[in-house]
Amino acid sequence: MSDATIHHGGDRKWTDYFTFCTDHKVIGIQYLVTSFLFYFVGGALAEVVRTELATPDPDFVSPEVYNQLFTMHGTIMIFLWIVPAGAAFANYLIPLMIGADDMAFPRLNAVAFWMQPVGGILLISSFFVGAPQAGWTSYPPLSLISGKWGEELWILCLLILGTASILGAINFVTTIFKMRIPDMDIHSMPLFCWAMLATSALILLSTPVLAAALILLSFDLMAGTAFFNPTGGGDPIVYQHLFWFYSHPAVYIMVLPFFGVISEVLPVHSRKPIFGYRAIAYSGLAISFLGLIVWAHHMFTSGTPGWLRMFFMATTMLVAVPTGIKIFSWCATLWGGKLQLNAALLFAIGFLSSFLMGGLTGVMLAAAPFDIHVHDTYFVVGHFHYVLFGGSVFALFSGVYHWYPKVTGKMYDEIWGKIHFVMTFVGFNMTFLPMHYLGMQGMNRRIALYDPQYQGINQICTWGSYILALSTLPFLVSMALGLIKGKVAGRNPWRALTLEWQTTSPPEIENFEEMPVLWAGPYEYGIDTESEDGDEDIEDMLTEVANVG
Amino acid sequence: MNIPSSITTLIAGIAITLVSLWYGQNHGLLPVAASADANDVDDLFNLMMTIATGLFLLIEGVLVICLIRFRRKKGDMTDGPSIEGNIPLEIVWTAIPTVIVFILAIYSFEIYNNMGGLDPMVSGGSQMAMHHHGGHKIDNMVAMGDTNNSQVAIGIGKSPGVGDDEPLKVNVNGLQYAWIFTYPETGIVSGDLHIPKDRRVLLNMQAADVIHAFWLPEFRIKQDVMPGQESQLSFVANREGTYPVICAELCGSYHGGMKTTMTVESPEAYDQWVQERTVAMTGGESVALNPSELSDTDFLQSYAEDMGIIENTLQQIPHAPMNMMSALKP
Ligand code: HEM
Ligand SMILES: [Cu+2]
Ligand SMILES: [Cu+2]
Repeated sequence: MSDATIHHGGDRKWTDYFTFCTDHKVIGIQYLVTSFLFYFVGGALAEVVRTELATPDPDFVSPEVYNQLFTMHGTIMIFLWIVPAGAAFANYLIPLMIGADDMAFPRLNAVAFWMQPVGGILLISSFFVGAPQAGWTSYPPLSLISGKWGEELWILCLLILGTASILGAINFVTTIFKMRIPDMDIHSMPLFCWAMLATSALILLSTPVLAAALILLSFDLMAGTAFFNPTGGGDPIVYQHLFWFYSHPAVYIMVLPFFGVISEVLPVHSRKPIFGYRAIAYSGLAISFLGLIVWAHHMFTSGTPGWLRMFFMATTMLVAVPTGIKIFSWCATLWGGKLQLNAALLFAIGFLSSFLMGGLTGVMLAAAPFDIHVHDTYFVVGHFHYVLFGGSVFALFSGVYHWYPKVTGKMYDEIWGKIHFVMTFVGFNMTFLPMHYLGMQGMNRRIALYDPQYQGINQICTWGSYILALSTLPFLVSMALGLIKGKVAGRNPWRALTLEWQTTSPPEIENFEEMPVLWAGPYEYGIDTESEDGDEDIEDMLTEVANVG
Repeated sequence: MNIPSSITTLIAGIAITLVSLWYGQNHGLLPVAASADANDVDDLFNLMMTIATGLFLLIEGVLVICLIRFRRKKGDMTDGPSIEGNIPLEIVWTAIPTVIVFILAIYSFEIYNNMGGLDPMVSGGSQMAMHHHGGHKIDNMVAMGDTNNSQVAIGIGKSPGVGDDEPLKVNVNGLQYAWIFTYPETGIVSGDLHIPKDRRVLLNMQAADVIHAFWLPEFRIKQDVMPGQESQLSFVANREGTYPVICAELCGSYHGGMKTTMTVESPEAYDQWVQERTVAMTGGESVALNPSELSDTDFLQSYAEDMGIIENTLQQIPHAPMNMMSALKP
């Protein structure tokens, strides 16, 4: 890979993607493709789960297998899909967005990536020794008595992936602070970079705590210590505190990068500046700060005293304020714009509309008296899928469509992209909306057998999930058609203003032929260019644009 | 701003408000409420539902309008207006969620407090507390350590006030995959729970093996039941009927089967049930159900029908649950 041939527009041999390559763009794609593979595995497990739930009896799979399935589904979706997919975007985009030629520590970056397949294979191999079945939370003492080796593999996998995400975070922070082109100050940086700063801060502060909890759990499991085992005098509640000290922030680790993606997609496709740049940037930091002091809201019904529950109720509700600021600002960005309703923007609007639901039910869950009723029920399953699927996956697809021309140099297939959106949106709401009702009525989660009165609604959910599963087909078609016969994209098909669009598509191996110039703020759309001096550059730039989809 | 558009805005605002107010009361999402506390929780939920409906309609409305009104005409390459911010607007929409959140937090706190979430709820009644205060320091600390008599209990429920009747105490033992209820006053051991209407009930709960959670959907209360640590729930049922008791914390493969019922009946019917049970226990004819002489499985077997436990479940209990037997002894 040393013989960089610049005029080839950054063409890579396909074999590069299977090597220990240190180019951040290759690593970004490696992350994204790997995480998509795990998404299909996690999704397949979810379909088995939903098929089992089509009837009240545990007839499709046995209850033990059922528990393994949702444990693996949750673990894979979180640690091998959403978190690495965020890292994929960050790896690909951050150096391009700030005009750097690579990440600060390219080799460390490659190491962090290669830990993903290792962790993933370890986890999946646990199916051969009896997969873990204590849920992705793995609370002791249940996790200590339900299958030793599956549980241990689960712990190892999480330790490896946690380490990888710490390495990634160090890299992102250093890159953002040290490698921006000289005239880009921190307030003219694209919002995606802000989002990754907030995410990385959270990763660095909370992941080590998870590691500590897992190592102690591993001692209890393998060496018979009793940190968390009540039979030996240990305290299982301590594990819950340690676990959620990481895993609540982890929710923001999962969504914040995609908030960043949305802040990039909306202004470009609605041809308006992002509304409230600073408000969005700082509210991200506020979310990550608040995210650190709300963990015990997962423990409202657990071994926590009343006053503690009240403290965490208040802090949790406060998160609604910065989140609200973001949602309102995004809506105001759309308002009055000239919306180009392509798949990228449709998914972004789909994100807004479903994440809103997740946010509203989130505030309800923060209210302890109500949470006590619905904790550990399908209401919660509905809620967090609105956050994780609506809030992350929709935005992720939006980002994939938005940057597809940059990454491949071709345009994706718009028709199939739109079909993908419609099927995802319908399937998603059909699967997860009715779950709220199920939970309030009395259906608890993580059960293979349920009361027959809930069968009708469960069947709606199951059919919805089939639509959702099928919706990945048009996605793959759109991507493939783009590669095979998509129009050549040119540098900047969306006429966007952030730096990554100044280089060729796909970008040069060294990213930019010469150091890029900051000829506008990242979102200065709609400024009357003719009346101002020195802005001819922009005009030139925009007229040079090849074709618009 | 021109007049027609502000009139439209006004009408839309009124419509959204009316719909939210109506839906907040008529969503029909919750099961019946069988205690006063449950009614309080429902009021809170209705308020949240009203606010959420309003915000939902507002924001989804904005999105739909954008989708329809602001789509780009074919061939139009111009940009929208360059509006980067609007300080008064931003202040307003920061203030709105802040105010809403404060109202909800205070209201939730009120209700939580009314339900007895912050009450000390001294286990063993007030004498116990006095005993503690007068007790020797060391004893006291030991007592705190084994948490059976900790002064601030974990759970929800008012401590009995002066002049209140003694609550009906029931010991709840959760084990894979059954609930076992022991009435310390009468020695009744049962696989389902019977309580009289309108009398305070105090559940002292502990688990034998892993963490379970005791959930009464119609009462809107839930509390984890932990091994090695006691937790409590206390409530007054005000509606007769038979309600599900559900385990809400993943506790193993048959977690979904771990459920039974709670019957709320008139004081007379309840007394009669107590009578029948006591006779059954002492009468020579029926199986002598002295729990401490049976193995776990045998013991459960006799309740299997009552509790609707799947046959399989019984073979699923390999380990001797820690202190199940001691918990069963009155
Ligand atoms: C393909 C669409 C999906 C379907 C049909 C689906 C379905 C489900 C269902 C039915 C459960 C509940 C299992 C139970 O409690 O018994 C569940 C749990 C879960 N899902 Fe999904 N899900 C999907 C996508 C996702 C995504 C994209 C994520 C995260 C990014 C995710 C994260 C989780 C987590 C963390 C759990 C909890 C697992 C546990 O209880 O340990 N799911 N899912
Ligand atoms: Cu249980
Ligand atoms: Cu359970």
